Amino acid sequence: MGFELNFDSSSLKSNTKKIEENVIYDVLIIGAGPAGLNSALYATRNGLNAGLIADKYGGQVLDTSSVENYLGYESIPGEDLVGAFREHVEKYEIPIKKDSRVEKVEKKENRFFLSMSDGTELKSKTLIIATGSKPRKLNVPGEEKFSGKGVAYCAICDGPLFQGRDVVIAGGGNSAVEAAIDIAKIANKVYLVQRSVLRAEQALVDKLETLNNVEIRLGTQVKEIYGEKLVKGIKVYNKVEDKEFDIKADGIFVEIGSVPNSGPFKDLVETLPNGEIVIDCSCNTSVPGLFAAGDVTTVPYKQISISSGEGAKAALSANAYINKLK
Amino acid sequence: MALLNDEIRTNLVEVFGKMKEEVTIAVFTKEDGCETCKDTLDFMKEIEEVGEKIKLEEYDMEKDSKKAEEFNVEMTPSIVLLDSEGKDNGIKFYGIPAGHEINSLITGIIEVSGSGEDVPSALKERIAKIKTPVDIKVFVTLGCPHCPGAVAKAHKLALENPNIRAQMIEAQTFSELSDKYNVSGVPKIIINEDNDLVGNQPIEKFLETIESL
Ligand SMILES: Cc1cc2nc3c(=O)[nH]c(=O)nc-3n(C[C@H](O)[C@H](O)[C@H](O)COP(=O)(O)OP(=O)(O)OC[C@H]3O[C@@H](n4cnc5c(N)ncnc54)[C@H](O)[C@@H]3O)c2cc1C
Repeated sequence: MGFELNFDSSSLKSNTKKIEENVIYDVLIIGAGPAGLNSALYATRNGLNAGLIADKYGGQVLDTSSVENYLGYESIPGEDLVGAFREHVEKYEIPIKKDSRVEKVEKKENRFFLSMSDGTELKSKTLIIATGSKPRKLNVPGEEKFSGKGVAYCAICDGPLFQGRDVVIAGGGNSAVEAAIDIAKIANKVYLVQRSVLRAEQALVDKLETLNNVEIRLGTQVKEIYGEKLVKGIKVYNKVEDKEFDIKADGIFVEIGSVPNSGPFKDLVETLPNGEIVIDCSCNTSVPGLFAAGDVTTVPYKQISISSGEGAKAALSANAYINKLK
Repeated sequence: MALLNDEIRTNLVEVFGKMKEEVTIAVFTKEDGCETCKDTLDFMKEIEEVGEKIKLEEYDMEKDSKKAEEFNVEMTPSIVLLDSEGKDNGIKFYGIPAGHEINSLITGIIEVSGSGEDVPSALKERIAKIKTPVDIKVFVTLGCPHCPGAVAKAHKLALENPNIRAQMIEAQTFSELSDKYNVSGVPKIIINEDNDLVGNQPIEKFLETIESL
């Protein structure tokens, strides 16, 4: 067990300003991942009276052990990257409301009204939705029942609990292969189970193939997760062999992509059946004055660099909209 | 082995500069069979050094069993945060609060010193209404980025209401206890033995569970 400190200086040091209930903000930004943080930077630099609302201050990047495709950084721990984002944004003294969720948004006479989980109500002229995405579930029997009891969605959080045990990783994209590489360091055996083929970057796949306690099962679909109090194994189906079989394991990490966090906004704004908020290339949505950016939108390729760029664009569009109101 | 580097030390001097009142870190260790006791004590000595208003008290689980009983300390290593009057507010850490947990330790110290963040008034009222004894255990791993958030919320509840006590528990150090509570995902929150929540839940979710007891 390593003790190396992960000191979060920006959130402990900051005397961040509070968002006030009686102020009508030019723009409220919902979400503080790469998209929301960059929106905050651009909005404040453009002189907008802005506020940032975040359930998890930093977003998904906090759950990423190392980022190797953000321009300028060969390899950087996710939380260091997002720590740098946050410190930069906080230089502009934007009021931030942390640890609270937006539950509902209404638009009345050119004003947006936000109902928060802690009972507060906030108001603004424009709104940027940058609520990102959350892990997609397998939707197989046993997944719900054993969630947190062997079924896991965060490899860097729960990986250490499987020291010396057998673990399944479901998925074949970058995050699945990264999780397999990480967990193989401490687990006894890792099975990478993927419905189709591996879609991860070649550099990652090459690394995976050098590990001798990893077994890769392609064309294999997870059918059920079973156990008693805790997970004991999974049932899978192999298409090529047309056979069902059993993999005994103490845990399964589900790394099969993500679904957009658009639930609270579905009554207000146009979304696709998959939940993505429909935007044009200026981050406009179906509602005037309402902008969206990053993983929660129809923009293709869910990546840090893309989300942060989209966030900048949404703030610039909000700024242009506000200028027209004046 | 020093855990604080110069950069963190400088930051901590600034953070601890905000402390309103003194805080005492009471550390309980044991001579034999405690792998991480020495590291925990050394780490707390480093923390004491950077905080002008931080005092350290060292106790041995066996020799100071009266103290251990007074603060309900059951395992080692353990840390109890005492306020300026030496009072235990029910805020405890079992296992070394290193890795990401340095953040919940620091938040805890700031909160106990009286310089913490205000709870919105609607929530404050709900917390004040809790009359039954509540025990919250938050299992964490040191590599988990959203665990300190769950620990800080549990500690905040303890600070706001004397009927509530809350402990961080490092899952690998106390692996038997983790097995007993079926911990295989963190943060795992156990409220009064049989109610569990997984994940960094909002404070309202803690309250819902407590109110349904
Ligand atoms: C394990 C893992 C590894 C990854 N590795 C990489 C990589 O190496 N390189 C790369 O480029 N990308 C990587 N990604 C993808 C990348 O993290 C995302 O594309 C990016 O974080 C999306 O940014 P975002 O700002 O749109 O959303 P997010 O980062 O998801 O942030 C969303 C924000 O909105 C908040 N929020 C959500 N709902 C609400 C609500 N109702 N009220 C208030 N706040 C709310 C959240 O708390 C959070 O602050 C990885 C993802 C994962 C999960």
